[in-house]
Amino acid sequence: MQLTGAEIVVECLKEQDVDTVFGYPGGTILNVYDALYKHSGEINHILTSHEQGAAHAADGYARATGKVGVCLATSGPGATNLVTGIATAYMDSVPMVAITCNVNLPLLGKDSFQEVDIAGVTMPITKHGYIVKDVNILADTIRKAFKIAKSGRPGPVLVDITKDVTANTCDYEPVKPEEEPTAKNYTENDIDKALELIQAAEKPFIYVGGGAVISGAAEEVTAFAKKLDAPVCDTLMGKGAFDGHDPLYTGMIGMHGTKTSNFGVSECDLLIALGARFSDRVVGNPQKFAGNAKVLHIDMDAAEINKNIRTDASIVGDLKEVLTVLNSRLPQMEHTGWIAHIREMKEKYPLNYDNSALSCPYVVEELDRITKGEAIVTTDVGQHQMWAAQYYKYSKPRTFLSSGGLGTMGYGLGACIGAKMGNPDKICVNIAGDGCFRMNMNELATASRYNIPIIQIVINNHVLGMVRQWQTLFYGQRYSQTVLNDKVDFCKVAEGLGCAAIRVTAKEEVAPAIEKAIALKAPVLIECVIPEDDKVFPMVPAGAPISEAFDETDMEKA
Amino acid sequence: MKRIYSVSVENRSGVLCKVAGLFSRRCFNIDSLAVGETDDPTVSCMTIVSSGDERTIEQIEKQLNKKLDVIKVKTFDESASISRELMLIKVKYNRSNRRDIMENCDIMKAQIVDMSKNMMIIQICDEPERIQLFIKMLQSISIVEVARTGTLALPKCRDMEG
Repeated sequence: MQLTGAEIVVECLKEQDVDTVFGYPGGTILNVYDALYKHSGEINHILTSHEQGAAHAADGYARATGKVGVCLATSGPGATNLVTGIATAYMDSVPMVAITCNVNLPLLGKDSFQEVDIAGVTMPITKHGYIVKDVNILADTIRKAFKIAKSGRPGPVLVDITKDVTANTCDYEPVKPEEEPTAKNYTENDIDKALELIQAAEKPFIYVGGGAVISGAAEEVTAFAKKLDAPVCDTLMGKGAFDGHDPLYTGMIGMHGTKTSNFGVSECDLLIALGARFSDRVVGNPQKFAGNAKVLHIDMDAAEINKNIRTDASIVGDLKEVLTVLNSRLPQMEHTGWIAHIREMKEKYPLNYDNSALSCPYVVEELDRITKGEAIVTTDVGQHQMWAAQYYKYSKPRTFLSSGGLGTMGYGLGACIGAKMGNPDKICVNIAGDGCFRMNMNELATASRYNIPIIQIVINNHVLGMVRQWQTLFYGQRYSQTVLNDKVDFCKVAEGLGCAAIRVTAKEEVAPAIEKAIALKAPVLIECVIPEDDKVFPMVPAGAPISEAFDETDMEKA
Repeated sequence: MKRIYSVSVENRSGVLCKVAGLFSRRCFNIDSLAVGETDDPTVSCMTIVSSGDERTIEQIEKQLNKKLDVIKVKTFDESASISRELMLIKVKYNRSNRRDIMENCDIMKAQIVDMSKNMMIIQICDEPERIQLFIKMLQSISIVEVARTGTLALPKCRDMEG
């Protein structure tokens, strides 16, 4: 059948089972929005306040559901507003298709109104990008974009379509997307070598990254840990792939990881990285990281092997598949002495905070208790992000959504809206600091417009807490541009944007506020006012070995 | 350590930019780069000479392989390859050095391809080190401008197995 390019865009989204898209209309994308209007019963379009919010929402939708997130924007400023969202998705390997329209083909390259070379701009932050200048290749290009976004190591793909292509017509036939098996990139030899290392190890440690979540390997990771009888730490991205309540779990590793994880990895004789990329926030000093250990690295992306840390053995492949093979060939092992040593460390170095006043860890623990650890938690970036990672016990993958790689302040609210659209039955909470919340708080209007019942917790310490923490510890308490103690009233802002709001200033008000927010079934903001000098501990200074993790008690002793 | 990467890529606009962008973003060096269509007009071959430690060399190959426009990456040492570079070099000459220049051209198997009363363009096609040597030999007279293709290379022929 003959369809216009705009209709082909919509039909291709339907082919891919896309039910929700996030975006913002404009001049060049008018034809696509006209087609969306006609198909509004089939594809739900969420109009955000800003294109960045749309990109983060598509990202949150993708992380929470495992499906490809889709965002739409017009040319020029619409497209550039997506950039931070695309970069966020790229750094955390999130499957996303960003569709932008550009000026008419004859105007391309002429510095036309609202023209920007968005494919050029996003080149280093996309897995792949297309400019479509011919309606005849439009459908196939969109199909390829979806395939690329979700296959292998996922990532964002940009499809930029000139406006005339969306108006031109061509023959369209629907094509069902085929599930392609991932190519096997490892050999029997790789498996044998890994098995050898594992069986020779006396003090193995498992380090779980975001790849475990993406691969859907939570069950296999658990079986692997039990078989090895080995302690398990995770990264910010790996949260939920291994149950945070499990006795083998030692907490997060890295800059704000637990002492047990950081000391344990420094002591172990074999570190097994499962879908993790040895980020600088994890390894600290690469020369001294896991200095007593051999390293076995299992990852989808061959380029991650030996990139930041030299490995002794590696398997390149889908984690779920590789672990299934390893689990079938491994005997049940026992590392009683090692596990006992880890348990001692866990008892000696528990996470702790000053529980005398209202604090973010307390809010997070209450949220964990009330939601029974089953909410989807999104965060922004900074102290609250670390506390949300440390004090909520994640037991299922795709329940903690946070910008780990790019560290995007302002990520959480959009992501939370996206997560809720993908999981209407789950409680979705964004935990943000006051600094982050200001960046994209306009998206509360999106939540209220569609009555998307998300809970926005603003941890208000009236400062940029994480930067202030560094200024306190490393910059002689010179608080350069980090004090936000102005007249902004977040509750009034929320009400002004059509949401309910609750201000919490004491511990005993936390639980009733959360319970009320859940019961309201409408977007709610909870502002929690906390002291300005609460700090995230333990901490490893940037670039230092993780064996040098310290906390408040160590500072008092020193 | 010097390595030569022979990279087959989709012959499409923007691909050169993507590959070059990859090198700059990841802080890899490009010593030279030559691009041209192959026997298949949909495929271009990029010959990239790069240097770095072992780890960098491994990363370059892996990162190139991740690019969706990259069809195949072959890497080899200079010693395992036949490499050539073409240079056009314009020099100023006069009566007193004309003979010297022509002798140098003879020795190096270079050709004079254009001439005016006081200028000439010399063409030389040789291994990159010999090109360098030729420039050195002409440095005593005045070089006006130089254009080089960058290294082209293919792995040496071996009897095919099977």
